[in-house]
Amino acid sequence: MIEAFGLTKRYGDKLAVDDLSFTVPAGQVTGFLGPNGAGKSTTMRMVLGLDAPTAGSVTVNGRPYVEYRRPLLEVGALLEAKAIHDGRSAYNHLLCLAQSNGIRRSRVDEALDTVGLREVARKRSGGFSLGMGQRLGIAAALLGDPKVLMFDEPVNGLDPEGVLWIRNLLKKLAGEGRTVFVSSHLMSEMSITADRLVIIGRGRLIAETTVDEFLKGGTGNFVRVRSPQADQLVRLLKAQGVTAVRDPDGALSVTGVKLEAVGDLAGANGLTLHELSAHTASLEDTFMELTRDSVDFRTDDGALDPALVPAES
Amino acid sequence: MEAINTPQAAYSPLTEFSNVLRSEFTKLRSVRSTYWTLFTAVILTIGLGAIAAVVVPGHLHLEDRATFNGARLSLGGVNLAQIAIGVLGVLVITSEYGTGMIRATISAVPQRRMLLAAKGVVFAVTALVVGEVASFAAFFVTQAILAGQHPPAFLGRNLQASISDPGVLRAVAGAGLYLAVLGLLGLGLGTIIRASAGAISALFGLLFVLPIFSAAVLSPSEQNTINPYLPFNAGRDIFTVHAGSGDLGPWSGFGVFCIYAVVALVVACVVIKRRDA
Repeated sequence: MIEAFGLTKRYGDKLAVDDLSFTVPAGQVTGFLGPNGAGKSTTMRMVLGLDAPTAGSVTVNGRPYVEYRRPLLEVGALLEAKAIHDGRSAYNHLLCLAQSNGIRRSRVDEALDTVGLREVARKRSGGFSLGMGQRLGIAAALLGDPKVLMFDEPVNGLDPEGVLWIRNLLKKLAGEGRTVFVSSHLMSEMSITADRLVIIGRGRLIAETTVDEFLKGGTGNFVRVRSPQADQLVRLLKAQGVTAVRDPDGALSVTGVKLEAVGDLAGANGLTLHELSAHTASLEDTFMELTRDSVDFRTDDGALDPALVPAES
Repeated sequence: MEAINTPQAAYSPLTEFSNVLRSEFTKLRSVRSTYWTLFTAVILTIGLGAIAAVVVPGHLHLEDRATFNGARLSLGGVNLAQIAIGVLGVLVITSEYGTGMIRATISAVPQRRMLLAAKGVVFAVTALVVGEVASFAAFFVTQAILAGQHPPAFLGRNLQASISDPGVLRAVAGAGLYLAVLGLLGLGLGTIIRASAGAISALFGLLFVLPIFSAAVLSPSEQNTINPYLPFNAGRDIFTVHAGSGDLGPWSGFGVFCIYAVVALVVACVVIKRRDA
């Protein structure tokens, strides 16, 4: 279990993580979701004691990470791909990590087998692809057979087969009763892999929930209305404190109100309706809505502009 | 499932440190740059002595009679080998910062000062062993070549020195000591600066640029007072057979040199614990 209490990290005058509290329970895959630059990597570095929080604290199975004498037996982490000396072979990379925690040598071969790198284990890792680097990082995380696993953007750079492999691995690890905490900026990926979600934007907690709850949660649902008297309907809704957004096709998206209420309002005022339907937003839409105010870079149409989103370091 | 490790309770601080030592030794021996650098250091030390032993006797003049010293001739290569050892000392830590490996390392060993201590011990012992092998080999190879050369009549003695001559054993063994401590100074600077280029520049700035700086801005009497305490001048006393008039002497000079390394390592201990990895 990972527990964060009021975790805060300030770099100069920029607040990277802002009073973040959450719990990651054992036996489930918990997705750590947020746009690039939201503070996911910083949070994970603080879990591992690499960065010191400006305020607050975080514990792993009840203790701060730095108190563990053999942390690899407790927590396995994939932080960034290819955090490896280019000139060192995959085998020796894992061996030096294993030795530092008193893990027996044969575990190195087992971990290499698990991630499918046995064939290239003796080659210098400088020639590894991004995907192979990710696999080696995962092998390092699995070395100590830890109860807690933390992966930062593990599917980055993987081919479809690799993505599938990661999904199954995460589920298998959680199924064995381990704590699995995995970050991503891709909602679609999390909706497939995760059971629970910790969602952050600009370093702040936006939601901590299960994927199921999140999908049917009220915030993302909306009513779609088409009417020749749309302007009048918008005014009536506004008078009730309800906001309606005009879609490109002229229809209205109304949030925060039930379908029946919209129909009654229209009927009471003698407005003609051509469509009245309830919609559930996809996880992606919901995520976009939740993080809309938290996104640093956005294009005019409200979508994330990939060119403007900085790669998370 | 079979136990992967010994139980947590049986894990003493001594076991912990020896495990980290083994890990650091694996790191050092598993990259090619280590071999190239150490090989270069050995070849430079032996090679320069050997070349000098072949070339220098033919150039001896009458005025060299008082100063010619076969032991000193054999240790000239240490001045070059120190560049290789110093660079490797820096790289032991900056290569981890440069590649991002440092995060994996500190995740595995959150006791950062113990990690630095292990790096220091592993590298100092390696540099000491390699340095001693190089300096003794350079001494005996050089003397063997000198023994085959005909000394000019005015010298009035043989060219070669003996390991039992006054100060010779100390100077030859001292060359290895100097290289080991130099490597530690590099490790300390590398930890403080974290970037390879910056740390290497700082190290050789301390060694070679400070004397130039001193000559440019200080009066001759100030130079006489201060220069013996500069890192390289103090450090080389240990592998100098006959001390010059202003020198601190072999062990005092070496002591001063060690202080530079200790100061760098103490600062390194403070910053490695305080800074984000």
